[in-house]
Amino acid sequence: MTFVVQQTLLFAIPLMIVALAGVFAERSGIINLALEGIMIMGAFVGVYFVRLMQDFDVFLDAARMGNYWTLQGLELLAMLVAAVFGALFSLLLSFAAVNLKADQTIGGTALNLMAPALVLFLVRILANQNTLQMTQGDAASWFMIKKSTFGVDKNVQWGFLGETFLNKVYLATYICILVFVVLSVILYFTKFGLRLRACGENPQAADSLGINVYRMRYAGTTISGALAGMGGFVYALTATNCTANGDVAGFGFLALAVMIFGNWKPLNIALGALLFGLFKCIAAGYGSIDINGDGVFMLAEIGISSHLYRMLPYLITLIVLSFTSKKSRAPKAEGIPYDKGSR
Amino acid sequence: MQSEYIIEMLNIRKEFPGIVANDDITLQLKSGEIHALLGENGAGKSTLMSVLFGLYQPEQGVIKKNGEVVTINNPNDATALNIGMVHQHFKLIDVFTVLDNIILGAEDTRMGFLQKQEARKKVEELSRRYGLKVDLNAKVEDITVGMQQRVEILKMLYRDNEILIFDEPTAVLTPQEIDELMATMKGFAAEGKSILFITHKLNEIMAVADRCTVLRKGKYIGTVNIADTTKQELSNMMVGRPVQLQVEKKDANPGDTVLEVKGLTVPSKIHKNDAVKNVSFQVRSGEIVCIAGIDGNGQTELIHGLTGLEKTSGGTITLCGKDISRGSIRYRSETGMSHIPEDRHKHGLVLDFTLEQNMVLQSFQSSRFQKLGFIKNDAVRAYADTLIEQYDVRSGQGPVTIARSMSGGNQQKAIIAREMDRNKPLVVAVQPTRGLDVGAIEHIHKELVAQRDAGKAVLLVSLELDEVMNLSDRILVMYEGEIVGELDPKTTTVQELGLYMAGAKKAEGGK
Repeated sequence: MTFVVQQTLLFAIPLMIVALAGVFAERSGIINLALEGIMIMGAFVGVYFVRLMQDFDVFLDAARMGNYWTLQGLELLAMLVAAVFGALFSLLLSFAAVNLKADQTIGGTALNLMAPALVLFLVRILANQNTLQMTQGDAASWFMIKKSTFGVDKNVQWGFLGETFLNKVYLATYICILVFVVLSVILYFTKFGLRLRACGENPQAADSLGINVYRMRYAGTTISGALAGMGGFVYALTATNCTANGDVAGFGFLALAVMIFGNWKPLNIALGALLFGLFKCIAAGYGSIDINGDGVFMLAEIGISSHLYRMLPYLITLIVLSFTSKKSRAPKAEGIPYDKGSR
Repeated sequence: MQSEYIIEMLNIRKEFPGIVANDDITLQLKSGEIHALLGENGAGKSTLMSVLFGLYQPEQGVIKKNGEVVTINNPNDATALNIGMVHQHFKLIDVFTVLDNIILGAEDTRMGFLQKQEARKKVEELSRRYGLKVDLNAKVEDITVGMQQRVEILKMLYRDNEILIFDEPTAVLTPQEIDELMATMKGFAAEGKSILFITHKLNEIMAVADRCTVLRKGKYIGTVNIADTTKQELSNMMVGRPVQLQVEKKDANPGDTVLEVKGLTVPSKIHKNDAVKNVSFQVRSGEIVCIAGIDGNGQTELIHGLTGLEKTSGGTITLCGKDISRGSIRYRSETGMSHIPEDRHKHGLVLDFTLEQNMVLQSFQSSRFQKLGFIKNDAVRAYADTLIEQYDVRSGQGPVTIARSMSGGNQQKAIIAREMDRNKPLVVAVQPTRGLDVGAIEHIHKELVAQRDAGKAVLLVSLELDEVMNLSDRILVMYEGEIVGELDPKTTTVQELGLYMAGAKKAEGGK
């Protein structure tokens, strides 16, 4: 069970935070199709930042001496750097969509094409191979929170909650949840959130009330870029052992699906991401899931073809979307460039 | 020195590429008056108000408040000067609650968080004081148009606006709601608020306004006291020539039955009951039959059932002797039906097509306009040019104008040109003059009468009592999906018609 929860969160958290990234852009009226590309950039920048920092003695000593809290600080810094680069990268989309009034789908697609090519190019230059890794150690040894992080012997049993949520986890997961909650609250209970949502629904109305639609759209897209960049690094850190190779396994697009499935609402998105994460977890580890701890791997022994399990996440997405998409409702003005002059 | 005027717009000039929208216009609003701004579509009313509201900057001229020159660069400046506006197309967010819509842009916050309790109290207080009933927790998409307008008015009051601009506020309202709005406006004026009322409906100006400024084609024509003027004089000023407010027509000379509807039933899309219940009537050639009634009593569904836009669940429709009850929309229209739809944007035009493409929407498949599936562009252009000439459709770039950029009156003229030129025995016209100015209305009324005199059967649906009484040869009144009475406009009165429309009176036993 611990395995299921941890694996589910592993997939669900990046999805959730990147889907929220989509929400912030679309609620302001900009379709951010570039989530995938921004994630790829974020993953690369974050990993590269970690590599650079590994040259400094302070972090090397910390890793050697087991000074884990310094390393957690490095992880947070890397997340921040990935977020900042994601935000910068998304400015390309904002500029095209807001200032040039370009087609947002095409703008997003352009970024999606550019990001993996650029990253692969840079990775080849930097590492002379197709994958950028940490110069020494790996995500588990440097950043994972384990019993030893707390100075506890690994044979001590912590019970289900402790084992699941404190052992072999990443701080990034909890930071993401915190950021998710804070931003959801901002979206619904602050002046900024109210105005942002107004710009995605009826920019003409917002403009007539003295709200600067262009600025709000820049704000929405920039937040979106920051979240997606951070989500990209979190994915790289937790799911691919802190490596970057110009690919995030389509998580940016899955996040878009989760966003639509969640009807552009944070709570539904969190649930959708967890559901998807669960199936992804089943798909990845159906052979080693032992639900009640009796040593029987039920899913593997039940006799269902392994292909079915692997299909599950996508099958479920298809089914759920086809039933819920009728009711889901996109922000009305998304994708339409706002022109002050037209009425 | 205190000025007599609260707002003055002096010698305003605003140009757009190719046209001068406002040419030396002066508008002076006294404190506590209702001042009407009258003009046809395209006369420059909206531009002038946009200048006042800070959406456009004038090339020349000054704006004064209480005698002092002010600059208004954006809506925030206008709000700071206590100027508020109810736009013709409401500026509301459909998925927000009424309260959120009212506070948007003028939110109270504490540490960045919205404080809605204070706002709610203030809005409830205003709502009570002015009798503007709204449901603060409802979403805007779920409330009626009348209530949406009350939300817009509350938005202005919430911002403590003293100068209230109403841009064509009655175009979307039912007669009852219009009466309520007029009373509300008078109440505001009595309290000392100053009101600018943009309209082209003369009855409303005569009913509420103190003074009226008339614009025509971007130019200032004059300002008159309503007490010293007449409807006829105002309409002459507006159009620039004497206008017939009364439709001139000979007696009808009905011939054969063109359309026969028997027991027609149309299910409602909104509720479980039928929107049209077992309706039967006939329309003969050479007469105008008008379906009157308050909006939402099944007229829309009846026409949709008739034209094929919605499926019927019972009854037969016979057009020119052929049963078309199950026919496709094209079959029906080919069999003999011209349709001037209620919603010209949704059903009348493809807004992002050019004028010429819209002109052949119904006939592009005929061999005249296509060969082997390719459109004959020359034939289309030539045809569009004739129609534009004949029906006086005005637009920026002639046949290649995008329909969306045309004024409402000219869009309607384009639809009428297309439908009339198809020369079908039945003309179905649904609120053909909605939102149009006097000049355009006169034109459309004349056209409908001409069609009748040419032996067409005309079925007209209208919400305007004046239009019903003036134009029709027979009136059918619809109430809650049924035809509750057939009246002769020559022998009936508006009052009697009103009683039927309100469901207070019903013809016994039907026909």
